[in-house]
Amino acid sequence: MTESRSMLRLSGREGTLFIGVLFAVTVLASLANLVIPEDSFLHVSTYTITLLGKYLCYALLALSVDVIWGYCGILSLGHGAFFALGGYGMGMYLMRQIGDRGVYGNPELPDFMVFLNWQELPWYWYGFDNFGFAMLMALLVPGVLAFVFGWLAFRSRVTGVYLSIMTQALTYALMLAFFRNEMGFGGNNGLTDFKDLLGFDLQADGTRVALFMATALCLGGAFLASRYIMGSRLGRVILSIRDGESRARFLGYRTELFKVWLFVYSALLAAVAGILYVPQVGIINPGEFSPLNSIEVVVWVAVGGRGTLYGAVIGALLVNYAKTRFTAILPEGWLFALGALFVYVTLLLPHGIAGWFTRRFASKSVKEAAA
Amino acid sequence: MSWPAPLEEMRHRDRVFPHLRPKAKVDVSKNVLLYVEGVSVSFDGFKALNNLNLYINEGELRCLIGANGAGKTTMMDVITGKTPCDEGTVYFGQSIDLLKRSEPEIAQLGIGRKFQKPTVFEAQSVFANLELALKASKGIWYSLRASLSGPQRDRIDEILALINLSEAREQLAGSLSHGQKQWLEIGMLLVSDPRLLFLDEPVAGMTAQETERTAELLNTLAGDHTVVVVEHDMEFVRSIARTVTVLHQGSVLAEGTMDEVQNHPEVIEVYLGSDE
Ligand SMILES: Nc1ncnc2c1ncn2[C@@H]1O[C@H](COP(=O)(O)OP(=O)(O)O)[C@@H](O)[C@H]1O
Ligand SMILES: [Mg+2]
Repeated sequence: MTESRSMLRLSGREGTLFIGVLFAVTVLASLANLVIPEDSFLHVSTYTITLLGKYLCYALLALSVDVIWGYCGILSLGHGAFFALGGYGMGMYLMRQIGDRGVYGNPELPDFMVFLNWQELPWYWYGFDNFGFAMLMALLVPGVLAFVFGWLAFRSRVTGVYLSIMTQALTYALMLAFFRNEMGFGGNNGLTDFKDLLGFDLQADGTRVALFMATALCLGGAFLASRYIMGSRLGRVILSIRDGESRARFLGYRTELFKVWLFVYSALLAAVAGILYVPQVGIINPGEFSPLNSIEVVVWVAVGGRGTLYGAVIGALLVNYAKTRFTAILPEGWLFALGALFVYVTLLLPHGIAGWFTRRFASKSVKEAAA
Repeated sequence: MSWPAPLEEMRHRDRVFPHLRPKAKVDVSKNVLLYVEGVSVSFDGFKALNNLNLYINEGELRCLIGANGAGKTTMMDVITGKTPCDEGTVYFGQSIDLLKRSEPEIAQLGIGRKFQKPTVFEAQSVFANLELALKASKGIWYSLRASLSGPQRDRIDEILALINLSEAREQLAGSLSHGQKQWLEIGMLLVSDPRLLFLDEPVAGMTAQETERTAELLNTLAGDHTVVVVEHDMEFVRSIARTVTVLHQGSVLAEGTMDEVQNHPEVIEVYLGSDE
């Protein structure tokens, strides 16, 4: 008990450390790419920068899941849907940016529409050539979806496994819909062949570094905002909903409203992650809606340690690094490795890496204090 | 047309800023705070409450007794909005229909409840538990920006002293003993300054000493607050009760002072006779 008490106290300090490390790594890696000449041993390749940027997007997605799962006990197995919707919003803007540089050279229609013999742009593609509008929609659509879903589910007091299954169904349904060519989002190929963003060439080192820095900035901002929320009384209400929703109601809190708002907040973080992800990896397709993706995110959070914010980030970075390494050697084995990792963590590290770390750290400082 | 509640909350400034909202007035002109009339609840055909009638006066300390399964907890569930009832009416004062309101709304009207099994937020400190229960707005935006005012802090300190947990304020609630958890939950009730308190078996699992202190505490509460206590411990009931109501199979069997009730022939037969 004393141990968990000190865990609560320490998380603030570790959060600050996390922000410091994130900032330092971002600045150093960016400088090492742009300033240090390519033949130097200290040079960081653009490939690595983009890989780091991609990992940070995953970290932001993991953070969004930790906010609702770790703090409010809502196990969403469908957060990939909000990520992908944000990504599609950005993808639509990037498609429109291609203009007449596509294979078919049609200035209005993206290639896949020409290929389908469509004559004009569907109404829901209007306005996506405007960056501001596209970003607004990339946030609004997942936000409204999360609101409607949360409102229906939480008001009907759906919890636990049933809720998790519903979130899986949500992302699965969206995946099937986006696979259809008639939907007008490029079918199973998705959206790709992007050229530039706000006039900057997506292949240029400078653009890559800028996207990486923007991702780090968003991750840091999301981390600080979430830490502020969880440190406020609102955060304590959220914890009490996790641990005793019925009790919280009897204290006068309309818990379903708290859950809806937190769910929307979390979905928006996931959407931002998706928005930043697409220009860096250069493609968005319906595979991002795959139920398995959403489950993977939960594994990252479990591995890192839930309910700490930085734990989710650590989990996302480590697992994805392992995935990159592992799939290079033994691609078919990855799912087994992931499953084994999940079982290992659940059984032996119930508080994840963050919990293990804090525990060691706490017991050491207790010993030091005693000495 | 009605808006979904979260939008509704945004639409009304007084819901976003609950201090703007006029306080719901509880009309107690007849000196009766709670009316429970003809309430029936059945679970799969089994009548847990059967045409129950109960009137609680403003400022009184009422004890409810009855064998296990008599329907005492179910009655509290109905009044506090947890369980819908099949028939009957429940009014708070002359004019507020409790059956139309949700648990949080009923709580915000000033009806507090302590559960049979102590339920505190174990992963949070004793202090945080009390802070959550404070009489303050329970809105989302308010909670995000809320900070404790001087008087609120004093109020929590006062309650901590009253429930004997001043030393344990920073401790996690989960690390408290069973009796301490009971007290913390009573403290959470008190700090919210309710009009009407329901306590479901508050001294279960307490030592004799703790029980005695709880009786003292409840005695000091009556008058300013209206208190309804469910208890099995007859010694305890005797030490606090002014009026005792005996529940049996979902309805009221007898009502009166402890002595009257104990000498009531039916009560002797169905409850005291078999139980003691
Ligand atoms: N949710 C429920 N579903 C089915 N039966 C219930 C439920 N709640 C209570 N009961 C039954 O209703 C009766 C009254 O229960 P309760 O109000 O808890 O009694 P008491 O608190 O007086 O011991 C019991 O027989 C109990 O089994
Ligand atoms: Mg009971």
